[in-house]
This record gives sequence, structure tokens and C-alpha cells, in this order.
Amino acid sequence: MELSVTDLSIARGGIPVLQGVNFTLASGAALILRGPNGIGKTTLLRTIAGLQPPLRGGINLEREAMAYAAHSDGLKSTLTVTENLTFWAQVFGTGTIDAAMVAFDLLALADRPAGALSAGQKRRLGLARLLVTGRPIWVLDEPTVSLDVDAVALFVAAIRAHMQGGGSALIATHIDLGLTEAKVLDVGPFRARVTNYDNAQDDFDEAFL
Amino acid sequence: MIALFIRDMRLAVRAGGGFGLGLAFFLIVTVLVPFGVGPDNALLARIAPGILWIGALLACLLSLDRIFALDYEDGSLDLLATAPLPLEAIVSIKALVHWITTGLPLVLATPLFGLLLNLPVEGYGAMVLSLLLGTPALSVVGTFGAALTVGIKRGGLLLSLLVLPLYVPTLIFGAEMARRAAEGLESGAAMLMLAGITCGTIALLPFASAAVLRVNLR
Repeated sequence: MELSVTDLSIARGGIPVLQGVNFTLASGAALILRGPNGIGKTTLLRTIAGLQPPLRGGINLEREAMAYAAHSDGLKSTLTVTENLTFWAQVFGTGTIDAAMVAFDLLALADRPAGALSAGQKRRLGLARLLVTGRPIWVLDEPTVSLDVDAVALFVAAIRAHMQGGGSALIATHIDLGLTEAKVLDVGPFRARVTNYDNAQDDFDEAFL
Repeated sequence: MIALFIRDMRLAVRAGGGFGLGLAFFLIVTVLVPFGVGPDNALLARIAPGILWIGALLACLLSLDRIFALDYEDGSLDLLATAPLPLEAIVSIKALVHWITTGLPLVLATPLFGLLLNLPVEGYGAMVLSLLLGTPALSVVGTFGAALTVGIKRGGLLLSLLVLPLYVPTLIFGAEMARRAAEGLESGAAMLMLAGITCGTIALLPFASAAVLRVNLR
């Protein structure tokens, strides 16, 4: 199960942010995306997740193999930790949440409503969702926001276990995870040149200009 | 799909879910109308079907903007869109949950509220039946409107402006069916039109809702 991106150009709000992005993520590997704020890391991940179309280029990815985790965790504050996680397990058809609860140390919080969790606990619950999806390719946007040192270690352990099981992870992050085996890709050099903006407008747009 | 249904039902009945809000609004409208038009029994009996229908319409409208807005704000809509469920199924489930939590209670409460408006005895059956046939269309059309306005801050007013004109056919035939039955006339044709509109919206609109949702998530 492999993710490869060839000559990908993406836009945010109609303005191109990255162009000519190329990389391959083999199974059992991890790739860390780096780059300054606003460079388009989130947009790149959303495009790969299929939430928005690319301007140009190709993404070779089986949609059914990918699990996406965004900035926000998608938790329902009136549901308990178990209910939140069980819902995603059922949606993805895996059904079991015990391993995920253990991996992110959530057992003690099982019956607490998600609204009563701290920011770091919410994030842990959001990351536990990845384990219950049962999907091999993880696409993660700033997964360690509001996590403490111990929780980051839990997260890295989960990523390692996932990679050993043949899974792969694409991670946009600013901090050093200590995940030494992961490759690092700086997206800075792929910044779209402003002159490209005119080319990005298609005939339909031009008809109104 | 069942998991999403159960989750949304749970969210609706727990704190802040807004379950019963539409029903309470419906009750207040039907109580206010006799105060407004005066205690004229004959007049009330004549306008009762129309008032009940408009009350149901507004009660439905009240909870529409919650269908997608909450899921959009906490990010679960993005995650649902990348889940194995097709978006068409998601919007259909959302419309179904909206109907069960808003439309169905209105249908069940209508006999009681008809009493408050002096609805003629022979009109009760048709009134309930017309709402039963018509309210699913209100939920499905409303879900389409909610999908159109998701992501817009304070989109509720825009949603009302978009959705209310689309409710006109359902209102016309629903109120017509109830009125004719209350006056002892034949109401079959209006009933068939009403049922046809509902079937048509259920068959077609989930695809449109899923398409606009995809555009809105970009």
C-alpha cells in the first residue's frame, strides 16, 4: 500500500500555494512535512485526503486505505469517550476500541463526556480514532498540538507500532518527534511562484474578467 | 449508517440537542393565533389547517441550521467525508434524524393542537395524514438548504430565505388536503400531489445535498 504524489500543484482559496510537489511514501515508512506557517501543509494534506481537488498533478492513493486526522478532533462533547470512539469504530467497520483505549491511556477516562476533557486528553482521543479506523495510511495534520511529553511518547509509540504492522504515516508537524527513522520533507522549495496565479484561472473564470 | 443514526439521535436527546424545541414552538404558535384573531370559533375552524401547516413549517425551520453546523464546527464533518460512508448516505441519515426529532413529534401532537384551533372533527385524520406525508419533504429540503449554507457564519437567516420558497409546493398541497377534508370535500388529488412531492425530494435531493456539501468542504 503506497502513497505517491507527482507534480502536484495545490491552491488555497483560489490562490496557488505549492507547486511541483513530488514524494513517495512506501508502506512501513513515515514522512514528516515541514515548512513555515501558511506554506500550505494543511492544504496539501486536505488535498491528499480528497477533501479538495488539486490544481494539477496526480495523487496515487487508494482512498479506502487512508485515514485523515485534521486540526480539530471531531469529538462530540455530550458523548462519552467510549461512545465517541465506538462511533468511529462502527463507521469504519472495525468494531473494537480496546487496543486504542490502551494505546493512548484513555481507560481511566472511558465514561467521561468528551466536553469535560482537557485539550491534551481530547487530542489523545482524537488520535486514538486513527487506531480504530484500521487503515494503513495515516495522514496527520499537527497531531501533537497540546500534547505533553508523555503523550507525545505514546503517540510516537503508536506510530512505530503502526509502521511495524506495515502501515505508513504522513505527518505535518513543527516539533521534533524523535521519530528518527522517518524521512523529512521541507515543502518550502515548492512554494508556488506568484506569476502562476494567472495560469490558474481557467476559461470559465476568464469569461467574467 | 446505523452508527451515525444512533449517534445523531443520542446527540439530539442529550443536553443542548434541541429535541422538543420545534414542538414547543409549534405549541406556542397555535396558542398565540386564537389570541390574535379573537375567539371566533367559526373563523378558527376555517383557518385551522393553514395555521397548523404554517406552524409546522416554521417549527421545522427552527432546527435546520443545526443539521450540519455543529459537525462542521468540531471538524467531524471533514472526518465523516473521508470515512467509508458515502456523503449521500450521510445527508440522508441527517435528514431522517431531523424528521424523527422534529417532524414526527409535530405529526403526533397535531390532534391536540387541532383542538386548540377548533379544527372540525372530520378534518383530524386528513390533517395528521397530510403532515405525515409532507413533513419528510420539509426535512429533506431543509437538509439541502443546510448543506448549502454550512460554513457560513450566522447562516441561519440565509438558510430560511433559501428554504422557505422551496417549501411552497408542500405547503400548498398539504394545507389544501387538510382544508378540503375539514370542509368535507374530496381530498385525494391533493394527497397524491403531496405524496409525489415528498417522494421526489427524497429520491433526488440527497444527491444535490451531497454535491454542495463537497463543494462547501473545500
